[in-house]
Amino acid sequence: MVVAVFVKTAFILFVVIGVLAPIITWVERKQSALMQNRIGANRASVAGMTFIGLLHPAADVIKLLVKEDVVPAGANRVLHLLAPVMAAVPAIIAFAVIPFGGSYHFGETTIELVVANLDWGLLYIFAIGSLAAYGPILAGWASNSGWSFLGSLRASAQMLSYEVTLGFSVVGVFMVFQTLRLTDMAIAQDTTFRAFAFVEGLFGLTLPASLGWISALRLPNWGIFLQPLAFVLFLTAIMAENKRPPFDTPEGESEIVAGYHTEYSGMRFGLFYMSEFIGVVVIAGLITTIFFGGWSVPYLSQEMIIAGVGHFFGVGFATGFCMLVHFVSFMLKLAAMIWLQMALRWTLPRFRYDQVMNLCWKILLPLSLANILVTGAVILALEGAA
Amino acid sequence: MGEPKNARAAEALSGDTRGDLHTEHQLLNVGPSHPATHGTVKFMIELDGETIVDLEVQVGYLHRGFEKECESGSWYHVIPYTDRLNYNSAILANQGYCLAVEKLLDLETPERCQWLSVLAGELSRVGDHLTRCGAACLELAAMTPFRYGIEARELIWDLQEILCGARVTSNYLRIGGVKHGLPDEFPAACRELLPKVRALLVDFEKVVTRNRIFVDRLKGTGILSKQDCLRYAVTGPMLRAAGVPLDLRKQEPYLVYDEIDFDVPVGSVGDNYDRYLVCLEEVRQSLRIVEQCLEQLERLGPGPVDVKDPRVRWPAKGRVFSDTEERIQQFKLVTEGPRVPAGEAYLAIESANGELGFYLVSDGSAQPVKVRCRPPSFINLAPMPEMLRGAMLVDLIPTFDFINMVGGECDR
Repeated sequence: MVVAVFVKTAFILFVVIGVLAPIITWVERKQSALMQNRIGANRASVAGMTFIGLLHPAADVIKLLVKEDVVPAGANRVLHLLAPVMAAVPAIIAFAVIPFGGSYHFGETTIELVVANLDWGLLYIFAIGSLAAYGPILAGWASNSGWSFLGSLRASAQMLSYEVTLGFSVVGVFMVFQTLRLTDMAIAQDTTFRAFAFVEGLFGLTLPASLGWISALRLPNWGIFLQPLAFVLFLTAIMAENKRPPFDTPEGESEIVAGYHTEYSGMRFGLFYMSEFIGVVVIAGLITTIFFGGWSVPYLSQEMIIAGVGHFFGVGFATGFCMLVHFVSFMLKLAAMIWLQMALRWTLPRFRYDQVMNLCWKILLPLSLANILVTGAVILALEGAA
Repeated sequence: MGEPKNARAAEALSGDTRGDLHTEHQLLNVGPSHPATHGTVKFMIELDGETIVDLEVQVGYLHRGFEKECESGSWYHVIPYTDRLNYNSAILANQGYCLAVEKLLDLETPERCQWLSVLAGELSRVGDHLTRCGAACLELAAMTPFRYGIEARELIWDLQEILCGARVTSNYLRIGGVKHGLPDEFPAACRELLPKVRALLVDFEKVVTRNRIFVDRLKGTGILSKQDCLRYAVTGPMLRAAGVPLDLRKQEPYLVYDEIDFDVPVGSVGDNYDRYLVCLEEVRQSLRIVEQCLEQLERLGPGPVDVKDPRVRWPAKGRVFSDTEERIQQFKLVTEGPRVPAGEAYLAIESANGELGFYLVSDGSAQPVKVRCRPPSFINLAPMPEMLRGAMLVDLIPTFDFINMVGGECDR
């Protein structure tokens, strides 16, 4: 069991930090280039070959590692060193509870494609997310610089405010899926539901038969179909948590230089930078799991795949095949969610600091509370009807 | 540091926090090495949290002694210096200076030359406004529209390159003429590139003009009322955004502007959003003017592009090599430069930033006694503390961007 956890942890660390985070820096360069009519990311080369710019992440890391590490005069050396670590670690360990596949039975052994299958998985994410606020706060406090100080003030206010909305925005999802365990959430989304069933249940109507296929239309049991508003709220709040544009007021490079990491150089800056990129992956994983069915394939449940493939090739092979299909499905959805964040990042201007707070407390929070209320009422009504 | 005028600042100062908590104002030194100040200006900002209590603008980091430098050469030598006043709209500065010297000389340039001057100047204005709006987007972290704006400016600079031979410091205008006539390939290039510029403008607008974040960042920030604009002698898009339809091209038409059909956009509130809209509309109007100029120039056909005045016009090369008189004239014009009658003249044109004026004093010799430039950047920058007291630190960025202070022109 310990070995399995170790293997999965190593795998996640390799995929997220070793492969995805560097590739995302490349994706960001290439996507921005596409959106801005540029060619982009084609300078770094080995023996004249640029490998469509894929060498840039390596060049970045080498540059950051060999740069001089400057600690400003008057800075608190211990906290200054600690801050980037405090920012990077929560981002990395948050991935522990995100399932990148379901559970598969090979005879006696069961393989679960998740590092920690916690009963309170989503709460773990929130707890870790709260810890992430310490990185910027410490960085700003320890740097002994006006810019860093302003940046860390903004970061702390913004991250603490959005945590509230973040928590409330997914309460509706808990109520629908009746679980906090992310693995169970994905399993619950591995089915379909009749799209207009709730109209009939809620208002006691029966859709006329003339509507034909529309009344019989079945959608995957995904969070985004059951809780569309929660999806928008959650996406907004968690992007604000990650402090990437358009919510990068703590960095605000045009007014406060580089915000809380103004006084960082070399790999210490690199850790801040990387924590944001890892954050992008974590966000994509969370949204995939909560709102897009996680590893599930729409309209093809695990039983259907295993039964279908097992009919020809045997159950053992079918289970392994299903595991692979689910992993690929998860990665594809993950890539789509990363793309969505990149597209937003390169389209929208930055909020003003007070507008970010207004958005949180005056718009998102009331909406998320209303969402809980409406969800509760609908669930009650449907149960009454059933 | 004076009393804060704005209600928000007053509220911040008299708020409960001061009674209970001991808070201190933070003095922040923004610039000259700062992403938003481009090394050319410094702001000393007194902050209460994120609210600007007071602000002091310190200019002069790009002072190169332009006016003094002008006194050490001939009247010709000043023209390349004027290129360096505003890197965005070099030709407009050429235009202002050359028109002022022509006023001293009492010259009237031929029609073809005037249309060329207007054409080149309006291309410059388009480039300037595109830079201003694009850079504002960039500093509001909207990097994609910035690229659209800059791509459009590149196309305009391609046209400038065909017309003048240089993209930025074009040095195209001369006293009593222009450097050369319309190149053969220019009309075709214009017809090809101007629609592309328009298409890029549409893309640009789609991303930001009605983007809620962008509008919220600009609306209601950096307001300067009509009265305050007039009090500070603010000109250009900033004044027009406040609702005063003052455009020297309409008010005191110079060159052939009275024959051109174009509109002067005005705003109502005088905030940054109005300035943005005014600038974008001026780009469209300038493109209209460019098209009209092209039409007129094609009607006029090729021909001389300078005045037949021996005081400033170099004789034709053939005659220089055969006639003594012409050779002497060429020699005097090259070694000494043209002699400008004693007197003084002030002439202002509508540059992209506002009223760009040149006040010239001549003692009748071949060297200027005084070349004084009225830089719109410098004068438009003066009300900045008034515009920002009580605002948030972040509002500094769009406000400074739409003032469009250019170091070379402001500090000279």
